[in-house]
Amino acid sequence: MAFPQAASSSTTSGSPPSVKVILTETDLQRVVDRIAHQILEKTDGADGTVLLGIPTRGVPLARRLASRIAAFESVDVPVGVLDVTLYRDDLRLRATRALGPTEMPPGGIDGRRVILVDDVLFSGRTVRAALDALSDLGRPSSVQLAVIVDRGHRELPIRADYVGKNIPTARTEIVKVALAEIDGIDEVKLIGEETK
Amino acid sequence: MIKHLLSAADLDAQHATLVLDTATELANLSSREVKKLPTLRGRTVVNLFYEDSTRTRISFEAAAKRLSADVINFSAKGSSVSKGESLKDTALTLQAMGADAVVVRHPASGAPHRLASWVDGSVVNAGDGTHEHPTQALLDAYTMRSRLGRVAGLHVAIVGDVLHSRVARSNVLLLTTLGAKVTVIGPPTLIPVDVGPALSPDLSVSYDLDAVLPDVDVVMMLRVQRERMNDSYFPSTREYARRYGLDVARMRRLPEHAIVMHPGPMVRGMEITPEVADSARSTIVEQVANGVSVRMAVLYLLLGGK
Repeated sequence: MAFPQAASSSTTSGSPPSVKVILTETDLQRVVDRIAHQILEKTDGADGTVLLGIPTRGVPLARRLASRIAAFESVDVPVGVLDVTLYRDDLRLRATRALGPTEMPPGGIDGRRVILVDDVLFSGRTVRAALDALSDLGRPSSVQLAVIVDRGHRELPIRADYVGKNIPTARTEIVKVALAEIDGIDEVKLIGEETK
Repeated sequence: MIKHLLSAADLDAQHATLVLDTATELANLSSREVKKLPTLRGRTVVNLFYEDSTRTRISFEAAAKRLSADVINFSAKGSSVSKGESLKDTALTLQAMGADAVVVRHPASGAPHRLASWVDGSVVNAGDGTHEHPTQALLDAYTMRSRLGRVAGLHVAIVGDVLHSRVARSNVLLLTTLGAKVTVIGPPTLIPVDVGPALSPDLSVSYDLDAVLPDVDVVMMLRVQRERMNDSYFPSTREYARRYGLDVARMRRLPEHAIVMHPGPMVRGMEITPEVADSARSTIVEQVANGVSVRMAVLYLLLGGK
C-alpha cells in the first residue's frame, strides 16, 4: 500500500528545466469559449448531450464548458465526473493511485451524446480507459472527446473531436495545465529539459 | 509502504483514511449495473481459511471477484491439512501456484505473520486466534464514518468478551489511531489485564455498562466466544445477559444519535436482544455490506500498484 504519487514527475538532470507559457489566462478563456461554440455547432445546440470530466483537471474544465454553453445559448448541459483509475492499463507499472470520484450526470448517459473532457491528450491511454469505464456505466448514443491541449505521441488510434491547441512536443517534455479551481491560476506551460 | 495487512497497527492515520476514502469511492460503484471492475485482472487471490467463517470469507471472495481477480478458496476441511500438512508446506504450495495475495484466517494468533515470511505475495490477516482482525476494524470505522460522518472525536464502547476478541483488539488500535475515544466494558474476567490508559491515553476500562451508555456515540457488542473458553469466566448466561447484554431498556439510555454495532455472528438473547439487533440504530447488516467495499479497497491498495 503506497501513497499516490503526485502527477508531475520532476526531471533529475543537472540543468534546470526550461519553462514556456503556452496559454495565458486570457488564451485559456478564449480556448474554452471556442470549444463551447464548436460543441454547440457540431451537436446542433447540444441537445441530449452530457459532459463528463476526467479527474483531476477535466472536471473543472467540463463545468466551465457547461457554463459557457449556458451563457451562449442558455442550454443546460448536465455535467458528470468519470474516474478511470480502475480501468488503467498501467496500474502495475506505478505505485497505487488514489481513486477519484465518479458522478453520473443527472439523467444518466444511456442514449445520450457523451463528451469526455480532459486537459491533455497524450498517449490516448486515459481515453481508452475512459471508454471502457463508460461501457460499464451505460450505453451512450455516441462518445466525443474534448481536450485543451493535444501534444501528440499517440499510442492508440484515438483522436479528439475538439482541441484547444495542438502543441508539438518531445516525449520528455511535460505539458502542465493549471486551473484556478485547483492550482489557483489559469495557465498552460510546457516544461522541458535544457539541451546539453 | 505496506505490503501486508497483518495488524490494524500497520496503518497510520493517513493510510487508514486512504483505505476508507477508497472504500467510499468503490461503494459508489457497487450501485451500478455492471459491478465488475477490470482492475485486478490476472491476479490470483487465495482465501486460506483454517477456521469457520461466513461473512469474512464470502466478503473477501466477493471483493476479489468484483475486481476481476481469480479466487481460489481453500478451507482446512477437505484439504491436505486433515492429512497433517503444516502451514508452511501449504504456504509453499500456494507460493508455487503464484498467489498474488493470501487472505488467511487461522486459530493460532500470529499465523499470518509467519505466513508472510514464507510467501512472496501480500498477506491479509482475516482473523488470527484471539489476536487481530484488521479488515473488520476498517469496516467498523467505515460504518461509523458513513453513519456519523466522522471517526475522530467519537466515543466508542466495546462491550463483552474483550479477552478473546480479535475484533476488539483491532478496533482499539485502529479507532485510537483515527482519534476516537474507546472504552472497553465487560466482566473483569473478560478484560485483558494490560488494557487501559497505559496502552493509549484514549483507552479506558469500565465494568459498568449502564454508567457508560449515556456518554457514547457507538456501542459495539461482542459475542462471548464459548469455543475459546476453557474456564468459567462468569456464573451463568442469564447473569451475563442481565449485566452486559444490550436490551431495549439499555438502548434507551443511549444518546439519540448513537448506533449499535456487532461484528457477527451474534447470539440473540445473550449479548444482544432481537429487538435491539433489528432496530433502526443497529448497523449490523450495513456492516456486512460495507465489508465488501472495504475489502475491495484493501485488495486494490495492496495489489493495484507496482
